[in-house]
Parts: sequence; C-alpha cells; structure tokens
Amino acid sequence: MARTRSRRRHQLERAVTYPLDWLEERSGLVGAVKYFLFRKVPHDTNWFHTLGSATLTAFIVQLVTGVILAFYYKPSPDEAYASIQMITNDLTLGWLVRGMHRWGASVFIILLFLHMGRVFLFGAYKYPRELNWLLGVLLLVLAMLEGFTGYLLPWDQTSYWATVVGINLNATAPFAGPFLSDFLRGGQEIGTETLSRFYSLHMLLIPGGLIGLITLHVYLVIRLGVTSPPWSSDPAGMERTEVVTARRGLVEPRSRGNGPTGVRGRPQL
Amino acid sequence: MADELERPGEGPEHEEPEPHLPSPTIWPFAFAGAVALILLGLIVSLTVTAIGVVLAVVFGFLWIRLAARELREEPEPVEAPPAEAVVVEEEEEPERYTRSKFLEASTLGLGAAIGGIVTVPVLGFAVAPAFVGQEYPDVDLGALDNYPEGEWVIATFTGDEADGKISRRTAFVRYNGLKNEVPSFTIISNRCVHLGCPTQPQGPPGEPADVETSQLPVTLQPTQPSGFGCPCHGGAYDIEGNRTAGPPVRALDRYEYSIIDGSLWLGTPYSVGEVEGQGADALVVRYDASDPGVHVDGPEQIFYPYVP
Repeated sequence: MARTRSRRRHQLERAVTYPLDWLEERSGLVGAVKYFLFRKVPHDTNWFHTLGSATLTAFIVQLVTGVILAFYYKPSPDEAYASIQMITNDLTLGWLVRGMHRWGASVFIILLFLHMGRVFLFGAYKYPRELNWLLGVLLLVLAMLEGFTGYLLPWDQTSYWATVVGINLNATAPFAGPFLSDFLRGGQEIGTETLSRFYSLHMLLIPGGLIGLITLHVYLVIRLGVTSPPWSSDPAGMERTEVVTARRGLVEPRSRGNGPTGVRGRPQL
Repeated sequence: MADELERPGEGPEHEEPEPHLPSPTIWPFAFAGAVALILLGLIVSLTVTAIGVVLAVVFGFLWIRLAARELREEPEPVEAPPAEAVVVEEEEEPERYTRSKFLEASTLGLGAAIGGIVTVPVLGFAVAPAFVGQEYPDVDLGALDNYPEGEWVIATFTGDEADGKISRRTAFVRYNGLKNEVPSFTIISNRCVHLGCPTQPQGPPGEPADVETSQLPVTLQPTQPSGFGCPCHGGAYDIEGNRTAGPPVRALDRYEYSIIDGSLWLGTPYSVGEVEGQGADALVVRYDASDPGVHVDGPEQIFYPYVP
C-alpha cells in the first residue's frame, strides 16, 4: 500500500516537473523566476516596501481595463460622449470597468507619490540607486501625461474645458510653449484631430513608454537589491566597486587575459 | 537575528568608509549669484542681465573645471602586462581585425541609415501637420442689416464647415457706423486671454435668433454689456477688450473682417496688446495671433520670440 502511494507520488512529481524541466532546459525561464522570487532581501523589510508593487498592480489594472474600454469607446467628436454613455449605462458591467479605470487612475497617481515618498524618506535614492530614482521621475512625468490625455476622452464639458485650460497652460511655457500647445491640439484650435491624437497618446505612445521604463525600473531593483530601512542593521546597498571597462569594439573579445572585466563585486545584502 | 546577518569585517573595529563629499568651494555660490543677477536684470535692465550671463559662464566654467578635476587626471596604469606579450599580440592581430572592423562599421552605418530613413518621415508626420497649412477659413456672419449701429451682438458661428460642430466659436460684434464712408466693426473673440475659457458679456442678454447665410446658419443674440468677464479665474475686460482685473496678460483678441455683397465676413483672428480710444476711432496695437497666456508686449515678450 505504502509502496503504491510513493510510486503515485513519484509519477505525479514527474508529471509536474517534466514540463518545467523542458521549459527550463530551453529557456532558463524557470531559473529566472526562481531567482526573482527567492532572492535575498533585508531581514527587516516592512509594509512600506510594498508600495512599489502596489503601484505596479494599479498600473496593470489600468492597462487591462483600458484595453477592454477601447473595445467600445469611439474617439471621434460626434461619437465619443455617446459611446461613454453607452459604456456606463447600457453595456453589461461597463459601469464597473469604466469606474475601475476612472478611480484606478487616481489610485495609481496616489500610490506613485506614496512610493516616491517612501524612497525619499528611506534614502533609497542614494548610491548605487540614483539611476532608478531618475527612471522613477520619468515614470512620474509619463503617469501625469496619462492623466492629462485621459481626462479629455469622456468628451463632456468638464473634460473639454479642463483640456483647453491645460493646453493653454502649456502654451505659456517660455520659448517652446506656443509650439507645444499647437502640437497637442494638432493645430490652432481644438478640433477633430485633438481627440484622436489624445486617444493615441493615451493608449499607445505613453503606455508603451511606461511599460519600457517600468521594466528597466524593476530590473534595477532586482539587480541592486531592496534597500533596508534606515534603522536596519543590514547594509543599505553594495560597497563602491571599481568599474573596469574593457570593451573597445563590438567584435573584440571581452577579456584578453589582462584580468577580469566588467563590474567587480556583487551586491552584498 | 540581526547579529548573525552581519558580515565579517563589519565589527566595531572596522573603519567607516570616508564619506564622499564635494570639495568645499565658492564657485557654486558665485554661479547661483550670477543666475540671480540674470533674473534681476530681466526686471531692472538688460545690462545687468548681460553682466550676469558673463559671470554665470565664468563661474560655471570654474565650477565644472573643479568638479571634473578627478576625471581629467591621468588614470594610473593598471598592472601593465609584460611588454613582450603585448607586442606579440599586436603584431598578429591587426590583419585579422580589419575585415571585422569594416563589417562592424558597415552594420552600424547601414542600421543608422535605415533607421533614419524610417524615423525622419514618421517624426515629421507626427509633428508637421499641426503647423503646416494651418489657417482660419473666412466665415459669413450674415447681412449687415443684422447689426444695428452701436449695439453689441453675440455671434455664434461654425469656424470651419469641414470640421462641423466642434469648430463652433463665438465673437462679440459691434457696428460702429461709417468711418471715412466705410462700415466699421469691432469684432472681439470671446476666448479669454488668460487660459482660454469663454468670456461672458456683463449685461442683459436678448433673444437669440438663427440667421441664414451663404454658409451654415449663424446664431445672433443682442446684448448690452458693460464689459466682459471670464467665469474660470475671474478675468475682467472693459467694453473694448482691455484688461481691467484678474490674471489675463493682454487685451481680448480681435478678428479681421471684410464686407462682401452686403454681408459681414469674419477673417483671421489677431492678438491685441492694448486698445486706445473707442469704437471706430480706437487705436488697436496688433500682434500675430497668439495662444492665451502668451505675452505679446511688455518685458515678458522676450520669452515668446517665435509664435507658430
């Protein structure tokens, strides 16, 4: 009896691990996920460290609900308002998905600022994480642009006049302002082109930039490690290491026996 | 426990690494002073600005020179390998590397050329249409009889027939009577020059009426305003469009006009610095059409040298 059970168990394990091994052998993805999930973090991380992941989750919610809303939304001046009314009042669960996208936008921005505050107060922007702070600033700018371009899309009086004022605020910037406002409007007056270009910016260009920058942002978090809190006995980051650049041409071998190349030393956490 | 996680060598006897501080120097402060001088000069006089620019360049250069001192120092040669070995390698390799260097360069060059051929038109298409060929079509505002002398009329019209309803705009029109035997009109745009909200005439509105024209119908509504006001941020203008209160930076924009076959035709809008005098005798300081919030006169105009 016991023997049968252990054989079953063995078969079951094999059934589970075989496809994983198959995948790992051909892509290394299983190892990568394991590395990501089981990497070492400081022993006294706390709930404040979850704000970054929370922001990412809010962004994914915006991404998914936005893509579904695009099924039904019509970005033309004659149809936009009516299509929003249809989504909200007529379509099954449309009110919910639109509500998630509308309120999720505020949640995303709020979490972004809380995450930024945590990074600032924990000193997590210091060496070697300066670059990640800069990426975060770019992400903040793009997120604000998402808010600005998305606000026009309901195409009601509030959104129309808020966008008029917003574009004209851009126009008051010295030197480049008048050009910026014409670019945003697609001409001298808000017209048919303004709505479609805001739609394209809102759902194609800026989200593309956000996804790319978030990937880099998370990559740097994994590479440099999670910052320990200021009161922690764990070191906050790795020690300064000497950087040796050895590459001169694309085809030149990385090392020619003159010693190790690349960044010496590992993150020590 | 925390103690177990401590790495060896981090005990109390371990020396703290020296903090990496910028060297104490006066140059950043001098640079900041020069920038302050530039800003002061913008208000006081351009000579002070010029002095500020010179000082900023000088101190900025000195600051950068000091900050980049470490970078300029020659790095110590790191463990030079035995000279013979290097010589042998260099003798062997140049021949082998010529072709791969060429292939490397041609790959990069071709890639850059293809990338450029694709990118330049796409970027041009993204940006240029917003600037090229932008003009305001003329709009028929109806027969002259609809505009009694000395009375204000709120005219709501379709700015561009091709664009339809989205281009509905409003202007305040007043017929000033004949000036040198030519009909004179004051046509003021309702767009607030603070941030572009629609201004309202301050006075009792009359009954609106649709008037047929050679184009789409125009809605005309008589009114007796004492001035114009903007509901968004409280900008206020007098009856000629001069700013009297609030955040606007110039007078209300106006429209050119022409009279064709007894009809009033609206032309291109233009921006106004200020208006002296009234009605047909008003002296209007005219500038190219600018966005709301853009200064067309005064010292701030140097921030907007080009208006598309």
